[in-house]
Amino acid sequence: MRTVSRIEGRAVAIYRADIDTDQIIPAAWLKRVERSGFGPGLFGAWRSDPAFALNQPGASEAKILVAGANFGCGSSREHAVWALQDFGFEAVIAPSFADIFRGNSIGAGLVTAQADEETVARLVAVLDADPVAPVVVDVASRTVSVPSAGLAAPFALPDYARWRLLEGLDDIGITLRQADAISAFEARRPDWLPSASPSVHARA
Amino acid sequence: MSGRLFDKVWDRHLVASPANEPPLLYIDLHLVHEVTSPQAFEGLELAGRPVRRPDLTVATMDHDVPTVNPDGPITDPLAAEQIARLRKNCETHGITLHPLGSIEQGIVHVIGPQLGLTQPGMTVVCGDSHTSTHGAFGALAFGIGTTEVEHVLATQTLRQAKPAAMAVTVDGEPGPDLTAKDLVLGIIRALGTGGGAGSVIEYRGPAIRALSMAGRMTVCNMSIEGGARAGMIGPDDTTFGYLEGRRHSPKGKDWERALDDWRGLVTDGNAVFDREIVIDASALRPAVTWGTTPAQSVTIDDVVPDPGSFGTAAAQQSAQRALDYMGLQPGTPIREIGIDTVFIGSCTNGRLEDLRAAAEVIRGRRVHPGVRAMVVPGSARVKAEAEAEDLDKYFTEAGFEWRSAGCSMCLGMNGDILAPLERCASTSNRNFEGRQGPGGRTHLVSPAIAAATAIAGRFAMPGDL
Repeated sequence: MRTVSRIEGRAVAIYRADIDTDQIIPAAWLKRVERSGFGPGLFGAWRSDPAFALNQPGASEAKILVAGANFGCGSSREHAVWALQDFGFEAVIAPSFADIFRGNSIGAGLVTAQADEETVARLVAVLDADPVAPVVVDVASRTVSVPSAGLAAPFALPDYARWRLLEGLDDIGITLRQADAISAFEARRPDWLPSASPSVHARA
Repeated sequence: MSGRLFDKVWDRHLVASPANEPPLLYIDLHLVHEVTSPQAFEGLELAGRPVRRPDLTVATMDHDVPTVNPDGPITDPLAAEQIARLRKNCETHGITLHPLGSIEQGIVHVIGPQLGLTQPGMTVVCGDSHTSTHGAFGALAFGIGTTEVEHVLATQTLRQAKPAAMAVTVDGEPGPDLTAKDLVLGIIRALGTGGGAGSVIEYRGPAIRALSMAGRMTVCNMSIEGGARAGMIGPDDTTFGYLEGRRHSPKGKDWERALDDWRGLVTDGNAVFDREIVIDASALRPAVTWGTTPAQSVTIDDVVPDPGSFGTAAAQQSAQRALDYMGLQPGTPIREIGIDTVFIGSCTNGRLEDLRAAAEVIRGRRVHPGVRAMVVPGSARVKAEAEAEDLDKYFTEAGFEWRSAGCSMCLGMNGDILAPLERCASTSNRNFEGRQGPGGRTHLVSPAIAAATAIAGRFAMPGDL
């Protein structure tokens, strides 16, 4: 995974609460077996509205999405993260995130910057007034700022997530350092726990 | 030891707690399906990593399988490719697969319990948010994304910061027509869509204890709709009775050893939760959602709410937006809302007990003219068991379509979708915009209300017919 430390660029706001992953990437797109190519499906239904934020001039240049609370709720589909990244987003700023979405984002290298409601509302107001104002999301210092508007505020990001983003680490590689501990744990598991073996492939 | 069920299950799965990293949790059962796994298998292969424990991994096909003529060729080329990939990946890695055509094929969250694979005290994960269903057995079960699917395939573990523990205690005597679906919709209304975020909920209290395993699965299934990481119910004789004799349940002396262990999986009397809410079941009535989140519901006796009645500007905007999408006017009695389609099925309400409840309502009656009504059993075995009781005959004689097992119209990945503006009474779990098809309008209800609504052509209780 590539490292992510400082994101600077244009931001767009979709300031609604409870944006679910069915909106972010509709189910029809989940039939793809690749991790890429989801950008055209991002917010598929809402993009049919000419007034929608992503249809505004220059929105395709945006690197940062500003959204309402409980962003990414619903389905566990990681395709939502891939679609945001494929479109060009590198960070989402929201007052809160759904748990699975946050986990998926960190795993895939999308920054989930959890800022308080007041900060998000101020950001939205700043972007309303100046849609091209450069926004900075600094992972190392966990701050979001809009220098042209004099806005600077902290955001929350778990220590481990921050470290992984900054180092660009592969989670499986980190975990496999614990292979001995996993084997030791397996040796202690009760033998009555269920097993699916032997593998079954015959059609009934 | 704080003595909560959640801690007991959590602690027994801790593999390692390295400094400055989230703890590493062992996974007892990994359920796999065709939609969220292909990229994970590809990642493994690119890195040259094997599946660590194929014996703890079980796969089936459910999300985009056809529910008509499932033994025939799959006409959607993309779905066919995903399904072929799953078959190949399972063969390559020695993973048990319950494919289309098998009696054990079905929605992952229906087949796990049905096979006896889901047991108390286990950790269960799947690349699907409704994995919370398995918590009904006192397991810690939660949905994960594809990167985590790959991590579990490679290591049989997950890195997880420990969630908070929340109690939802359901006191009071529920009315005779209150189902598990109504109960959980009432809980989510109280909790809000994000109210459970960062938490594992333990459902407690006499109204929970009184539920069957099917009902408990319905409740735990929708934990994610309240934002919770997982939902759990302490195992008891109802749980053990369900599990005894199933294909993967412990047998003989092992059954006794397992029972000894499972009986200890209770929250101790003096335990304290990070957060607790209490719901009075006697105050709940059968529920119908009116909006585009599962928290936006009222009782069937109510009217469509006025957005102005909500406390905050944000909630008012959200309600207005939902009503605009749903094509509803404030003040309209719920029973006066006409519907076009009825969908009975899904991991929420696609089990035999759900089909029985619906069949009892429609038997000897006819679906309202112009209404499309379909039943999609949660698994091939549920379908066979229902047919052994002639439920298929009651449904087809009433004018329902009787389909084969799959996720179907719950998420509209196969051909089973709503047309734009079509209004559906659905026993599924999500009424998000476009969830059942672009522009479609979904109202979440219990199987009993769905069945009565199919007959009446508008929202109805069985007693209204």
